[in-house]
Amino acid sequence: MSAIPYLKPTVRARLGRGSSYAVGMALLLVIALFADWKTIGKEFFNLEVAAQMWPTIVTIALKNTLIYTISSFVLGSALAVLLAVLKVTGGPLGWFATAFIEFFRGIPALLTIFTFAFVVPIAFGFQIPGGGPGAGIMALTIVTGAYAAEIVRAGIEAVPPGQSEAARSLGMSSGMTMFWVVLPQALRIVIPPMTNEFVMLLKDTSLLFVAGFAVKEKELTSFGQDALSLTGSPTPLVMVALAYLVVTLPLTYLVGLLEKKLDPKR
Amino acid sequence: MSNYFPDLESSAPPVVITDLHKSFGDNEVLKGIDLTVQQGEVVCVIGPSGSGKSTLLRCVNLLETPTKGSIQLLGAEMTDPDVELNQVRAHVGMVFQSFNLFPNMSAIGNCIIGQRQVLKRSKAEAIEIAKKNLAMVGLSDRMDYVPAKLSGGQQQRVAIARALSMDPKVMLFDEPTAALDPELVGDVLAVMRDLAHAGMTMMVVTHEMSFARDVSDRTIFMDGGVIVEEGPSQDLITAPKERRTQIFLKRVLDPTHIEDSELGETEPD
Repeated sequence: MSAIPYLKPTVRARLGRGSSYAVGMALLLVIALFADWKTIGKEFFNLEVAAQMWPTIVTIALKNTLIYTISSFVLGSALAVLLAVLKVTGGPLGWFATAFIEFFRGIPALLTIFTFAFVVPIAFGFQIPGGGPGAGIMALTIVTGAYAAEIVRAGIEAVPPGQSEAARSLGMSSGMTMFWVVLPQALRIVIPPMTNEFVMLLKDTSLLFVAGFAVKEKELTSFGQDALSLTGSPTPLVMVALAYLVVTLPLTYLVGLLEKKLDPKR
Repeated sequence: MSNYFPDLESSAPPVVITDLHKSFGDNEVLKGIDLTVQQGEVVCVIGPSGSGKSTLLRCVNLLETPTKGSIQLLGAEMTDPDVELNQVRAHVGMVFQSFNLFPNMSAIGNCIIGQRQVLKRSKAEAIEIAKKNLAMVGLSDRMDYVPAKLSGGQQQRVAIARALSMDPKVMLFDEPTAALDPELVGDVLAVMRDLAHAGMTMMVVTHEMSFARDVSDRTIFMDGGVIVEEGPSQDLITAPKERRTQIFLKRVLDPTHIEDSELGETEPD
């Protein structure tokens, strides 16, 4: 160790940063030099194939993905708030909420979707309205509700106890206190993890294919798979990936704006 | 015999505490407190930290559940599980050390929410009353500010206005100036003094000895979960009888001049 000369911390930090840049650049260079760009271009970025997918990738696939995501997110968030409130309230309903959360967090989303699409209609003789997508949205609502309930519960518990004490001292009931004082503050706290939940849900809509789709009901991934087997080119997969990014990247920015708007120190 | 609803017209003592005990686990914080507060009386509770004075105040409107004993608040027995707690609390104002304003509402919003949700007043009436009380605490020009934009002293005055907007029969203050910068304490104490002079029944846990001496009718010294001494504020603070009271007051009033001989062997630590 004594062979290493003494370096000032600032110099050492600069060297450390410099060397990681050097490694990164070297990696990119290796990829750039050794990859078969001609084949990659033809296979993955084939404009002819891409043109065939236009505009249905937006008017059908992206649109459906967004419909499935947003409706499950809205319904799932409402369910999450309900479950979280029941859980922090305790009692028999709290136990029910806990069991519900643990069960649906514990099994794969794919299984839940399959269950709602095929098992529930057989077991209860009840067809969920909306066909495959309807059953899928219901399943994703429940999965999201179970996951997000724990997020909302953490948010509720992060609100200082003095807030409830102040509300109760005004004579507000526990329900009023929750609705007017605790939840508004809790929901602001959970915006970042709920954004995460939204992005995960967006990608989980790719599991809905197991529920069975009509052509007009396809979402991005199953749409891409169809195009893949139709054209024999992997270009559709690249297009689908870009379509997902078109939603997720601006989302981060928009949520940042929302957080700033809701900041009580504004 | 016990009443489930607050009696707002009665001239009986609004606070009657009998043999109150409170334990947190094995730690007995209150060891039998008896205390009556008369209509219009201002009672200060002083004592070292850990003496149980805040716990006593928080027991009065049942923010803490007593282990044993009775609390008659506005004629209602608070320890009875059938009592309409929210209806009693609606007429008892509480002011906290850390203000506990609702950060997602403006100053006037803080003063309106209880009136609308609990007293079911009309919006116009609630706004009018909120404005009147914010004016009383000197914050008419800060009505639309959120708490984060107000100083500590202003926040505490909004908290007082919020409590007053419910037209309380009793006000409970839990160390209302302890979290404030020294130069902001005066504004809050001035509001409390005006309130006392207007005839409000008040119970104040405080370290402000001059407030206790000059404003309150009666002062209670607590230590180790019991009332050690009580009496007219002027007498208790200027001429305490009990040794523990004398030591405490000497320390608080003149912190730089503690003689070793005054720190008796009976000191807990």
